[in-house]
Amino acid sequence: MGFSKDHLLARLQELQIDYSKYEHPPVLTVEEQAKYVSSSEGALSKNLFLKDKKNRYYIVSAMTDTKVDMKVLSQRLGLGKGGIRMAPEEALSELLQVSLGCVTPFAVVNESARDVSLLLDQKFKNQALCIFHPLSNDVSVSLNTLGLDKFLQSIGRDSVYIDLEANPVVGRDQPPDLAVYVPSNSVVVPEFPTKTASIQTASKNVSAEKTKPVASAKPSKLAGNVKSAVEDSALLVFKNPEKFVEEILDKTTALLLSEGKGENVEALAETFRKRLTSEFTHLAVMYKNTAYSQGFYAGTQSQPKRP
Amino acid sequence: MHGVRGGPIVSLLRRRKKTIVGRWNGVSGRNGGWMVVVLQVVVEVLDAYERGDKFYLYTGRGPSSEALHLGHLIPFMFTKYLQEAFKVPLVIQLTDDEKCMWKNLSVEESQRLARENAKDIIACGFDVTKTFIFSDFDYVGGAFYKNMVKVAKCVTLNKAMGIFGFSGEDHIGKLSFPPVQAVPSFPSSFPHLFPGNDKLRCLIPCAIDQDPYFRMTRDVAPRLGYSKPALIESSFFPALQASGENGKMSASDPNSAIYVTDTAKEIKNKINRYAFSGGQDSIEKHREIGANLEVDIPVKYLSFFLDDDTELEHIKKEYGEGRMLTGEVKKRLTEVLTEKVERHRMARAAVTDEMVDAFMAVRPLPSMFE
Repeated sequence: MGFSKDHLLARLQELQIDYSKYEHPPVLTVEEQAKYVSSSEGALSKNLFLKDKKNRYYIVSAMTDTKVDMKVLSQRLGLGKGGIRMAPEEALSELLQVSLGCVTPFAVVNESARDVSLLLDQKFKNQALCIFHPLSNDVSVSLNTLGLDKFLQSIGRDSVYIDLEANPVVGRDQPPDLAVYVPSNSVVVPEFPTKTASIQTASKNVSAEKTKPVASAKPSKLAGNVKSAVEDSALLVFKNPEKFVEEILDKTTALLLSEGKGENVEALAETFRKRLTSEFTHLAVMYKNTAYSQGFYAGTQSQPKRP
Repeated sequence: MHGVRGGPIVSLLRRRKKTIVGRWNGVSGRNGGWMVVVLQVVVEVLDAYERGDKFYLYTGRGPSSEALHLGHLIPFMFTKYLQEAFKVPLVIQLTDDEKCMWKNLSVEESQRLARENAKDIIACGFDVTKTFIFSDFDYVGGAFYKNMVKVAKCVTLNKAMGIFGFSGEDHIGKLSFPPVQAVPSFPSSFPHLFPGNDKLRCLIPCAIDQDPYFRMTRDVAPRLGYSKPALIESSFFPALQASGENGKMSASDPNSAIYVTDTAKEIKNKINRYAFSGGQDSIEKHREIGANLEVDIPVKYLSFFLDDDTELEHIKKEYGEGRMLTGEVKKRLTEVLTEKVERHRMARAAVTDEMVDAFMAVRPLPSMFE
């Protein structure tokens, strides 16, 4: 289940983070939000949910008057000039578990967003208070960046503040300065319910209607872990015994069908060994490595035996 | 220096070991193969192996860019072959500190690149129960550092400047780096792997430009009471455009190499457009005198990547005698490389952060000699 706004606000209170809460009708844009929350309460933010070509996601949260040049940002991340664009709506609901108009730094509280990189405008630090949606666009919350930092720390994240308007040269001798913030894992978000039997069909929540969406988080399929839900079936080969065997038989029968005409059996057997040994060994090693890694990880998480 | 020099390692290995699991293609004995310099010490290590004294493998990578090309992978493929043939453990050093210093990367960026490169290395098919990958920033300390200090005490500033070409303008980080690359050659640097096994020999497959580090190591080893490591050095894999050793694949020239992230289309284009051909200028001339296999890049590449010996010999014969044309050879190469890259990509996609953590965990490897 994704975090709800009340859940989040309760967490802020638990952490003793000061904030002020403003309720208003649901708003989809900063302009609308500004009608209900005046700038005396704090600096409004614009929040972008972005995606690169390798299925890695980013939240960029900036002051409304900060110019965010997507081309420059893309280069500074080491993605080339056109490497970054707005993320599609499905990703919003799958990964951030918020609806349209709701992108907020707080969305990284969800497990599904663990691979989303959060980049904050360093101009926030000069503000007494900044305003974000607490996972729902019918509420705005203003708090100091120190409070935001404390919250992020509580979920194991470092706050990353960057000068979004900087335009440094990126070239052979000047590596992209923001490349370190590119997530190490990519996430595949399905557009349609997936075909594999083991995966339940997704229920789509928010659609691009004009009516203001209900600000509820979409219930996720597998405890908020989107990545495993939409694993490429090719990768299941290394995890799933049936798929592993299927892959081996597929390759073997394909070879049999292509080479088996009129060959005597001994020669065929030789061909099989020659052509398939290295490929199958590689497959088997990756299978072994996957199993070991899963066991290793389980080991790090396991509780010591009761005395 | 007396000893076996430049001899084909395959025949060397065959003389000492009756059966070899798989075989290594790109080793000399074939036209345009990868030159391998085999030193006397290697023969000793292999002889000792025959008598039952094991050894371990040590290789490394300086993680300087995310873009890995086939030239980077080949030394790892060779190391994997050695690991499988001899059933010995392997330590892989990621010199993130070195790149941080020499390429002026931030500490975080070099660590990040180290992990990214580790994924490509793992995708080559190393066995997690026999392989320990470590990054300098993570691992330097403890027994490893003690060995580093012991090594450092044996090398004067003047000597280091002579070996590595340091000058008064170089920062002291660079000066103190060589011991970091030296001490993985000593089993006592890895107490979690080889406890009490200080006499275990080390075999180092590496690129020829790493020689200064290991010459220093071999000089220092006896003074510390350690065995000298054995080296198998290889020359660089040729770039698409150049033949001979002066043209090596370069990460800064994308057209000089095939990257593991290239699409099938990009591979096809690169080979067709940039791969230097040893074929003749006109078809008539080609049919008459055949291709120049010494300089032909597609054939060189095929001799590394084409698994089927018989097919390779056939291609070399037909092409060398003018019956096969450059286009056909390039087409076959495109197929072979596309398949390899695709396989690598699939394996790479299966490498999770947990898997990297497992490979890099400081843990014992109980089945490392099985």
